[in-house]
Amino acid sequence: MALLDVKKMNVYYGMIHAVKDISFTVDEGDIVTLIGANGAGKTTILQTLTGIVPLKTGKVKYDGKDISHHLNHKLVYSGIAHVPEGRRIFAKLSVLQNLKLGAFTRNSKDEIDESLENVYKKFPILKERSKQLAGTLSGGEQQMLAVGRALMSKPKLLFLDEPSMGLSPIYVNTIFDIIEEVHKEGVSILLVEQNAKKVLSIASKAYVLETGKIVKEGNPKELLNDPVIKSSYLGE
Amino acid sequence: MDFLTYFVNGLSLGSIYAIIALGYTMVYGIAKMLNFAHGDVLMIGSYITFVFMSQMGINPIISVLLAAICCTFIGVIIERIAYKPLRGANSLAVLITAIGVSYFLQNIALLIFGANTKSFKSIVTIPPLKLFGGQLIISSESIVTITLCIVIMLALTTFINKTKMGQAMLAVSEDRSASTLMGINVNGTIAMTFAIGSFLAAFAGVLLCSAYPTLTPTTGAMPGIKAFVAAVIGGIGSIPGAFIGGLILGVLENLSKAYISAQLSDAIVFSVLIIMLLVKPSGILGKSNIEKV
Repeated sequence: MALLDVKKMNVYYGMIHAVKDISFTVDEGDIVTLIGANGAGKTTILQTLTGIVPLKTGKVKYDGKDISHHLNHKLVYSGIAHVPEGRRIFAKLSVLQNLKLGAFTRNSKDEIDESLENVYKKFPILKERSKQLAGTLSGGEQQMLAVGRALMSKPKLLFLDEPSMGLSPIYVNTIFDIIEEVHKEGVSILLVEQNAKKVLSIASKAYVLETGKIVKEGNPKELLNDPVIKSSYLGE
Repeated sequence: MDFLTYFVNGLSLGSIYAIIALGYTMVYGIAKMLNFAHGDVLMIGSYITFVFMSQMGINPIISVLLAAICCTFIGVIIERIAYKPLRGANSLAVLITAIGVSYFLQNIALLIFGANTKSFKSIVTIPPLKLFGGQLIISSESIVTITLCIVIMLALTTFINKTKMGQAMLAVSEDRSASTLMGINVNGTIAMTFAIGSFLAAFAGVLLCSAYPTLTPTTGAMPGIKAFVAAVIGGIGSIPGAFIGGLILGVLENLSKAYISAQLSDAIVFSVLIIMLLVKPSGILGKSNIEKV
């Protein structure tokens, strides 16, 4: 059974039909990726799933339950975390405060401390900077904080929106290493990226979006060799 | 010695402004709106206290607490009915609504309690403090007001820094949708902010009416606007800013009444606002946004 099952999702921004009849699934243990150009609707799909943008029509099932009418802050309690586009860290709060807010839905202090240690192990730089205001971190460090903050909720399913955007190649590699590590720890991942080459090499399933529609889906390895994908997304 | 007397009275008035300004500044920080009906919630709180205390003969402290609880509900209801439907509307629409709520509350009070001035019996019963062989008398109202203001400031700062709800408020004030992603109930947090602000407004109202014992439906209007000025001077959105702005404004008002002109004191207070907006629009403690790397 799919962990996340999206059927015929439609989303509008005013008159603009941004997401058209999109259906996809994320199985437990999957890394699923949505790739596509700017404006294809990738971010909108994630934002709809976590309640930032309202769902117009369609059905969303998570863990076997229909949650179409419950796409809101409570999803974090049931194990969905979202690293949003542009990181959206709390710039005026310290790194530690940001991480603690990531664990807002949890109550056991011991378990939260354990997750904190775990995040610090993955991103040692965050431990060094724990007292610093998050707004003073570099772009790469902010991205790590955003991922670390999401992990603090101990998610079963993690949404990542353009985690490599604006990062130097070294940070891109670090972030992708961490994503694979998190995945190995048993977290299912839905990943939106423009860096198609990189994600197709780690994903277990891929969907290609164009102007709000899924135009192709399948095995990432095959997509890597698809001539159309190659010319449109891989720059070859 | 006269100067000290004026100064202490100014601190006392300023403490009241500071407590009101807290409501303004928290709501602005978290809901990003100016709740111009805040001063009128204070007035309603004073009337409720008046009814419980002077008409029903209930113990003053209990009357104030009951009034504060009523105001908390009134604040939340106002937010729910008048402001929540406008979430995401442009700020002018929200501002006009707030002014509408302000007039609505004043007219409700007019309808229920009439236009006659009610003489408010001070809730404070402790004796005044005499210093320097009786040369400096600090009124009992001043003692209670200043003490309460400090207690409220400390309690609120602790609440914000040490509790989950407080951290949620900081998060919502910075980024609503990112807060949603943390599992924070944004609407609940905003309602909570109105609840705290209105709860405090009731205390401010009672302290105000204890020091200046005339209660009319417009009692809250001018102090409300001055507390708004205090919040802006201190840096709107900042809690210590509201405290500092309130004290500065209260002292300034009393000193200008004493040494310059009683008629001009309000004009002086508002010119300070204008100067502040020209020189440092973000206020004394207001931060300009951190540069994002």
